[in-house]
Amino acid sequence: MTASSNLRTVGTPQLRKEGVDKVLGRAKYIDDLEREGIWYGATVRSTIPRGRILAIHYDARVDWSEFVIVSAGDIPGKNHIQMISADQPCLADGQVNHCDEAIVLIAHPDKRRLPEALAAIYIDYEPLRAVLSIEESETQEEIIWGPHTSEGNIFKQFHLEKGNVDSVWAEAAYIVEGEYRTGAQEHLYIENNGAIAEYDEVTGITVWGSLQCPFYVHKSLMAVFDLPAEKVRVIQVETGGAFGGKEDYPSILAAHAGLLAMKARRPIKIVYDRMEDLAATTKRHPSRTRHRTAIDKNGKLLAMEIDIATDGGAYATLSSTVLSRATLHSTGPYVCPNIRITSRAWATNTVPCGAFRGFGAPQSIFAIERHMEQVALAVGLDSDEIRRRNFLHDGDTTATEQVMVEPVILDTLLDRALEVSDFHARQSEFARLNPLSPVKRGIGLAAFYHGSGFTGSGERYLNSLAGIDVTTDNKVRVLVSSTEFGQGTNTILTQIAAEALGIGYEDVIMAPCDTGIVPNSGPTVASRTSMVVGKLIERAGRQLVTGLRQDAGLLDNYSTQDFFTSCLRYRELHGKVESLCRYEAPPNIYWDDQHYRGEAYPAFAWAVYVAEVAVDTTTYSAEVTNFHTVQEVGRVLNPTLAAGQIEGGVAQGIGYALYEKVLYNNGHMLNNQMTNYIMPTAQDVPSISVHFEEIPFAHGAFGAKGIGELPHDGPAPAILNAIQNAINQSFTSIPLLPEDIFIRVTSDAHEQEQITV
Amino acid sequence: MSSRQFAIQFTVNGQSARVEAPPLKRLLDVLREDLGLTGTKEGCGEGECGSCSVRMNGALVNSCLVPILQVEGSVVETVEGLTVDGELHPLQQAFIECGGAQCGICTPGMLVAASHLLSHTPYPTVDEIREGLAGNLCRCTGFIKIFESVISAAAKKGSQAHAR
Ligand code: FES
Ligand code: FES
Repeated sequence: MTASSNLRTVGTPQLRKEGVDKVLGRAKYIDDLEREGIWYGATVRSTIPRGRILAIHYDARVDWSEFVIVSAGDIPGKNHIQMISADQPCLADGQVNHCDEAIVLIAHPDKRRLPEALAAIYIDYEPLRAVLSIEESETQEEIIWGPHTSEGNIFKQFHLEKGNVDSVWAEAAYIVEGEYRTGAQEHLYIENNGAIAEYDEVTGITVWGSLQCPFYVHKSLMAVFDLPAEKVRVIQVETGGAFGGKEDYPSILAAHAGLLAMKARRPIKIVYDRMEDLAATTKRHPSRTRHRTAIDKNGKLLAMEIDIATDGGAYATLSSTVLSRATLHSTGPYVCPNIRITSRAWATNTVPCGAFRGFGAPQSIFAIERHMEQVALAVGLDSDEIRRRNFLHDGDTTATEQVMVEPVILDTLLDRALEVSDFHARQSEFARLNPLSPVKRGIGLAAFYHGSGFTGSGERYLNSLAGIDVTTDNKVRVLVSSTEFGQGTNTILTQIAAEALGIGYEDVIMAPCDTGIVPNSGPTVASRTSMVVGKLIERAGRQLVTGLRQDAGLLDNYSTQDFFTSCLRYRELHGKVESLCRYEAPPNIYWDDQHYRGEAYPAFAWAVYVAEVAVDTTTYSAEVTNFHTVQEVGRVLNPTLAAGQIEGGVAQGIGYALYEKVLYNNGHMLNNQMTNYIMPTAQDVPSISVHFEEIPFAHGAFGAKGIGELPHDGPAPAILNAIQNAINQSFTSIPLLPEDIFIRVTSDAHEQEQITV
Repeated sequence: MSSRQFAIQFTVNGQSARVEAPPLKRLLDVLREDLGLTGTKEGCGEGECGSCSVRMNGALVNSCLVPILQVEGSVVETVEGLTVDGELHPLQQAFIECGGAQCGICTPGMLVAASHLLSHTPYPTVDEIREGLAGNLCRCTGFIKIFESVISAAAKKGSQAHAR
């Protein structure tokens, strides 16, 4: 193992691999690409949330012979999008289950002709009763998904028990209850979804797209087109942001473009405009979490009873795994001997919810970290003290009985956060000044973890393969299906390869992200790229060096030139220079999927965040005025990119808390424009301080753990805790908009928090 | 929309351009489709995101809101025109060094807006940068590294680099 002090590339702020192309404006995103003879596709979508399709009419005033038209009957294979289950049709056939569901596809050589044609296709429906909220779905009066039993409308449920929850209520000094809600959230990547497809009788289907998971799309296309793996090729092009929003949806879009390409016998491009992207693609799962907590007289947790409900939308997509992560993050970073968690993901007739940075954790962490604030008040302890008394430490067990074998340094993180934010001094200062001003200021914190990589046995099922090869012109190529969409995959993985091989960062490049070229290193999700895929690259690098030493005369203290000379020799012997590695679970990892017991995650990233807010009691607007982050994410591979991940995640978290509200009208997104779906701008984001503590994790690349999702988990509860500190009002729902503050503050005292003490 | 084509002449990045286009075709589409300048991006098509930002006659505009007939005789500058003799503009260099570009889709518009800011405010404060970039959305960076990039470019090159 390279001694940590000797790291040359890892841990340094190497410049973004594709940075020059991006600043020159020459990086090619999907809408920047054209093909000879290309046609443009568009989608006819449902206008009702649920109903039978009775007829499709094509207005005779349009010359339809100029268009190619595709509907469900044109699908050569299975009419479903292959995700965890196969319930979602590629094109609605006979029934629609949410607004903006795709029914018919059209294509034309002139994209300016598409809007009038779309408007000339009418659909007759027989409306069916729609279920539009968790509460309606829970009544099970109308079953819209699954069996007509008590299992109806439920995509997935979990039940976890630790200790004996029922035994402790009687002896509790305090019992605190609360209900917390989070809304849908839109990813709002600045580049909308888009794809180009070509179909050829002999070679099959090729799709270029803005996407996160080439092999998800690949698998889905095989089913839709009934083609073998070798006749499906998926290529990721430069992707303008994703955040989970391009994890599952591109499988649908790729199939749509492919179907049109097959029928038109020409390349097809479909790029959504903003309104279509907002209305039709996935959102973060709305949630409702109920807590009932028993605490002893010293403020120690005795029992936690947690009930989680999420709104999954009309099809199962990723709801089961989002729910799993929500469940496994719902106790927060605390130790408690007696825990019961029940959780359910419910079907509703809204656009399916999908992956979004944090993947269920932000919802759960909002609930527990708002709840701990109420626990602190009930017990009469400070925000930091109640948490400190209950933090997990080395050797403690989580809700799944996972023993904390890696160091847990929550106390250190909390101390540092209090110090960098000057927490107590600021709190006293605000308390002193608030009575003198209509602008009330407050400070709040949140402590949390985020599990790195797939949950439980997920990584074992994925069984990822990744590696490197060396080209004849002396470049090392990283071979992965892991995608770059801004987080820094290209940079980090080339840093890891360069480090493991002992050569320069500039000698390593990324192989094109093309399923015809790279192995399946799994999806680019779940904060797994640095830790899991990075580790495969590190191992592949060391394996190659060993091979070069054994077979090709590579000596100690080699130069870059020696390395490539030795590669030449190796190539003469073996025909190629390639080194691939397959995932190996860290030792002593045990997971019981049946009972949800064991090592839920191989590693956790830990954090304490502090928010300062100003609430204007004349305009009722709340603003974040300062933000501090302290986290432990294992080894930081690239300090510039890592800080960029934290800052970007915090900004999204601020939007989640205070700005971003998805409004629905009968299941259709009402504010599907950037004018009325509001994200934080350059003027709304406060200064954000970023501090890392580094404890290298032996099973991650050069000690790295996951980082990408963590920063979205903490801001919302920290901000609402700060608002409570500022105006002594406990809000339990996000997004929290000025009108919500107005209603609460003006309707005054009897609207007190539903805390029973 | 009338499909009648009009001949329109203007200057892009110092070169004269002549296109035949319907008068209401958006400058954004003319740049991307007729002139092949795909550096300018579309994020919303309604003047909210700034990824289509270009300078027109020295003013910062959203090219998705400008019909091409208004461009006749104008001087337009896009991200492709930022480099000087093949060298990166100090802002481009700073965006790479400070991490101002992540996914990069907002970057061209952000760079044009930042260069516009530096053209009239060579040493902006963070508040002036916030204001100058308020019309440009970035979903990746949280803006912090963009502010750092602009400050670093301003400090490095001083006002003379931004006279253009
Ligand atoms: S595309 Fe012009 S402002 Fe968004
Ligand atoms: S870098 Fe992705 S939107 Fe700005």
